[in-house]
Amino acid sequence: MTLQVSLRHSFKGFTLDVAFSAPPGVTVLYGPSGSGKTTLINTVAGLLRPEQGRVVAHDWVLLDTQTRRNLPPHKRRLGYIFQEGRLFPHLTVRQNLLYGRWFAPRDARTESLTRVVEMLGIGPLLDRRPGALSGGEKQRVAIGRALLAAPKLLLADEPLAALDEARKAEILPYFERLRDEVSVPILYVSHSSAEVARLATTVVALKAGRVAACGTAAQVLGDVAAVGARAAASVLSARVLAHHSDGLSELTTAAGALWLPRISDQPGATLRVRIAAQEVILSRDAPQGLSALNILSGLITDIRLGDGPGALVTLAIGDERLSARITRRSVQAMGLERGQRCHAILKSVAVAPEDVGTGRQYKVAE
Amino acid sequence: MGFDWANWLGPAEWQAVRLSIRVSFWATLVSLPLGIFVAYALARWDFWGKQVLNGLVHLPLILPPVVTGYLLLVTFGRRGSVGQFLDEWFGIVLSFRWTGAAVAAAVMAFPLMVRAIRMAVEAVDPKLEAAASTLGASRPWVFLTVTLPLILPGVIAGAILAFAKAMGEFGATITFVSNIPGQTQTIPSAIYAFLQVPGGEEAASRLVIVAIIIAMAALLLSEFVARRVARVVAGS
Repeated sequence: MTLQVSLRHSFKGFTLDVAFSAPPGVTVLYGPSGSGKTTLINTVAGLLRPEQGRVVAHDWVLLDTQTRRNLPPHKRRLGYIFQEGRLFPHLTVRQNLLYGRWFAPRDARTESLTRVVEMLGIGPLLDRRPGALSGGEKQRVAIGRALLAAPKLLLADEPLAALDEARKAEILPYFERLRDEVSVPILYVSHSSAEVARLATTVVALKAGRVAACGTAAQVLGDVAAVGARAAASVLSARVLAHHSDGLSELTTAAGALWLPRISDQPGATLRVRIAAQEVILSRDAPQGLSALNILSGLITDIRLGDGPGALVTLAIGDERLSARITRRSVQAMGLERGQRCHAILKSVAVAPEDVGTGRQYKVAE
Repeated sequence: MGFDWANWLGPAEWQAVRLSIRVSFWATLVSLPLGIFVAYALARWDFWGKQVLNGLVHLPLILPPVVTGYLLLVTFGRRGSVGQFLDEWFGIVLSFRWTGAAVAAAVMAFPLMVRAIRMAVEAVDPKLEAAASTLGASRPWVFLTVTLPLILPGVIAGAILAFAKAMGEFGATITFVSNIPGQTQTIPSAIYAFLQVPGGEEAASRLVIVAIIIAMAALLLSEFVARRVARVVAGS
């Protein structure tokens, strides 16, 4: 199912004017706060009626301001995972989970409570009330509740933003499992480049109410104009080759071997690895006697000079693209130009566990 | 030597107690759905004439009760516009009947009931209701499964407050339906009547004790129930 969204809505001093289509998989609406992400997802949910807009899921029109059609939220067959969980405080976890299922058409109830409870590991919580749950537990229950509503579309509005780092690391893999095991398309709002890299099939980058870029995680995160220099990153597809006794894992990518701190996945597993552009150092000569373990060599395909002191240099290494955020001064001093051979240097520890996710990367927007 | 509870109150006093409870019970029960509806509308909806409705609801709280009673008499009396209509079409007569006393009590207690429930509605996070609607619940279902359970402590508090107010209502009742023993003579009217005759002080003081006991019992019950419900609703 493809979801098509277009809308226009004016706020005080700011107009949201976007159109995009979300193919199956996870579509991440990515952008800073105030870029209109939540307005967009609430329009899809039917919680907000824009001045002009059209939302179509495959051939099912949810909203069309021209024909004055606007389905109320309860007829849209959604599962919405909110930032704050929004569990019903007067119901037990089990009752919360089954709430949406009760309203779903009988023949659509394909997810069983048992499977969802097992997938999210919430069996011991079933008879508790939300008030007695931790933030991470609440969010897992919220995911289960959305899934059991037998939705045609899953929505998630920054579901990890209210959690600390440890809880984020606990919840993120569940969204990867949703993407890989559940056939429902997911619209996911986020301002975190790490979440984009790990989850997105498609990324729609928003900036001041406009679509700044749209494509795969690698395409959009490599687009410094769309995401800004700080968030610029490369996303490599990798396969775990071996775990070594010194605590490092060896991965193969189309760009060459990568050595990273021990990864929990088994050898043979396919992973996506996010490499922040600001962690990459460039060298024109093959470096000697360096402590950094990862040295990848490729040809410069693009040099983008920023407005400030920075520049983004992109190398083609094998089939992959790797970006480095360096200073304009260095670009000049090194005499970097397109087509030159260059060496990219990356410390192993510069890739945090949150930057490594399961699942292959989608090369082409499907 | 036992104390004879059954005969502690005389027949006329018992009659007043029973009538007061009956009037207050029905006044509270019948006005409760309307009270919840009005409280919800005032808390959540924006509509034309909202301030007028708000003023109308609160009017009995600030008007002299005699004025409210007189307005009821003019409207619901046999000759009144609504009273005539009710009599001709449904055969319902309110004036000088216990049902009229219940109407007067309900009108007087309504502002207190609405205020308590409205505060409870305002405390419910509308985001929870939005969440319920995305899960497939239509508006009536959202109300029944999310809003109503969450405002239940406020509803109970409002109902008990209204019951207590109805038990003590005097001015509007006596103006609208007079003070007929067995028909419209509630505890306050009976106390008033006993005090008008020589030697009635003893009967009056017995009814005063009964009024205090009922009021205290209602208050304690409401505290107890509301606290239990609040614990369930708070979700811990």
